[in-house]
Amino acid sequence: MATKIQTPAYEAVIGMEVHAELMTESKMFCRCAVVDLTAAQPNTAVCPVCLGMPGVLPVINQQAIEYGIMVGLALNCEIAEFNQFARKNYFYPDLPKGYQISQYEFPLAVNGYVMIDLPDGSTKRIGIRRAHLEEDTGKNTHLSDGTSLVDFNRSGVPLLEIVTEPDIRNAEEAEAYCRKLRAILQYLGVNSGDMSKGVLRVEANISVRPVGSNEFRNRTEVKNLNSIRNMFRATEYEIERQIQVWESGGSVVQETRGWDEQKQKTFSQRSKESAHDYRYFPEPDLPVLEISREWVERVRAHMPELPDTKRERFMNALGLSAYDASVLVADRPIADYFENAVKAGGDAKIIANWMMGELFRLMNKSGLEREQINEISVKPEQLVEVIQLIEKKTINNNAGKKVLEIVYNKGGEVSHIIQSEGLAQQSDEGVLRTAVMQVLDQNPSEVTRWLNGEEKVIKFLMGQVMRAMRGTGDAQAVQRLLEEELNKRK
Amino acid sequence: MSLSRAEVEHIAELAKLNLTEAELDQYAVQLSAILDYIAELNALNTDDIPPTASVLPLKNVLAADEVTFGLEQKAALANAPDAEAGQFRVQAIFE
Ligand SMILES: [Zn+2]
Repeated sequence: MATKIQTPAYEAVIGMEVHAELMTESKMFCRCAVVDLTAAQPNTAVCPVCLGMPGVLPVINQQAIEYGIMVGLALNCEIAEFNQFARKNYFYPDLPKGYQISQYEFPLAVNGYVMIDLPDGSTKRIGIRRAHLEEDTGKNTHLSDGTSLVDFNRSGVPLLEIVTEPDIRNAEEAEAYCRKLRAILQYLGVNSGDMSKGVLRVEANISVRPVGSNEFRNRTEVKNLNSIRNMFRATEYEIERQIQVWESGGSVVQETRGWDEQKQKTFSQRSKESAHDYRYFPEPDLPVLEISREWVERVRAHMPELPDTKRERFMNALGLSAYDASVLVADRPIADYFENAVKAGGDAKIIANWMMGELFRLMNKSGLEREQINEISVKPEQLVEVIQLIEKKTINNNAGKKVLEIVYNKGGEVSHIIQSEGLAQQSDEGVLRTAVMQVLDQNPSEVTRWLNGEEKVIKFLMGQVMRAMRGTGDAQAVQRLLEEELNKRK
Repeated sequence: MSLSRAEVEHIAELAKLNLTEAELDQYAVQLSAILDYIAELNALNTDDIPPTASVLPLKNVLAADEVTFGLEQKAALANAPDAEAGQFRVQAIFE
């Protein structure tokens, strides 16, 4: 791409559409099981309803409605009293009925907002236009011979579509929105947030305009975003692409674009004009749904703690900094791990430091995402055990890191590893002094330099002693003894 | 005629129906006649009647979120024109 254009300055206008599968036991309109597509045999969680056979009738899953209400409330929406499902008609092999049951004129939740947390510590309000319930489609796999295979296990899985107002102005805000929404869904226990499995799917509607203008120019809808990282990159790319198009005298075509991960580019996915003529009409097979205010309040009463509330509690009750609290609440599994460690008897701030330092470092190294913390072999109780052993001076800080790394890589019990690896802290003054004296005898020139006033040499000597003791020496004691013995040689 | 020939053509395309020129003419007349007949309802005064999508006196028909088993894979695929590896096989559609 050519050099970035500086003037006139553009800003992006972005709205996000997120499709979240709801983690009910059964499907939206039939009682087939909701299964993990990547694990289940194809077409084994299907019935006449979700295969679109003639003469069947859908029945609304009550739990899906209640999950939808929970999300609506968490996004500060008004929950509609009158709900009606509608048919959205189009032809595609993954849609056996020839229509998708969705909500159109009367969505479940409207007029909400979510506060997103930006990297600089500030927050921004993003409007939520609507959230409505629908059913997922089957899954197509295209083969090279011009045919497709269709698995209907996903057909009819409850899906909540959440649409923002065009309040997002750049890729950072888009990412912050996705992270916040994903955290809220995870906290509510309605969606795992696993974008790689397709249970949470994100689309960005993007246009750009000169800063200061209020116009809405042609927008593109970017799809195939299977991770937050890809969403961020695709959004950045698309904003820049559109600016280039306008600046070179062209105009942006209103279209759907995909994200090519290999080429790190968006590309046009042409679609026929008529495909957007969905001929919505009220679903005659489903009676209307009235959600009483009492029902809403019953659902509200059973809602779990949400990320913002938890962050406040981590700050006020546990004394964490705003930054630490934000990091720890951003993924529910991380927050749960942290709380389990605190429950096991650790100091909250020290646990936070070890998690955000050592544990996150080990997880990054082995390519684990934050939400996969449940998969690591270091259990919260073991982290606390290591921290307590350091406090009791049974091991020093470095040995603590080593123990954690060994448990992380191979598993095992903390006490056994300390013994078998000889990591127990050596504080015996006699032993330490012998080691100190040996190092001084072996490094006469460094001793002379120290005696001539070169104080920083003591760091090198310190390192030599710790090395001789395989890192187990009590660092404070070694430092004191080194100074003593050096002074004796003045 | 309440329905133009172009509208009939558009509807046929959406319904994936390949119609001949003669059929388009014929259906434009027939569909218009049906619409005109339905339009006789407009003569009624419905000012005080709220619109509805259903004539049944039902609301909130809900099911508990409990799984029941549907069809075996073999049964599910029994009517498939073609199948492979437990999946329906169809002509691929791009666009
Ligand atoms: Zn089913």
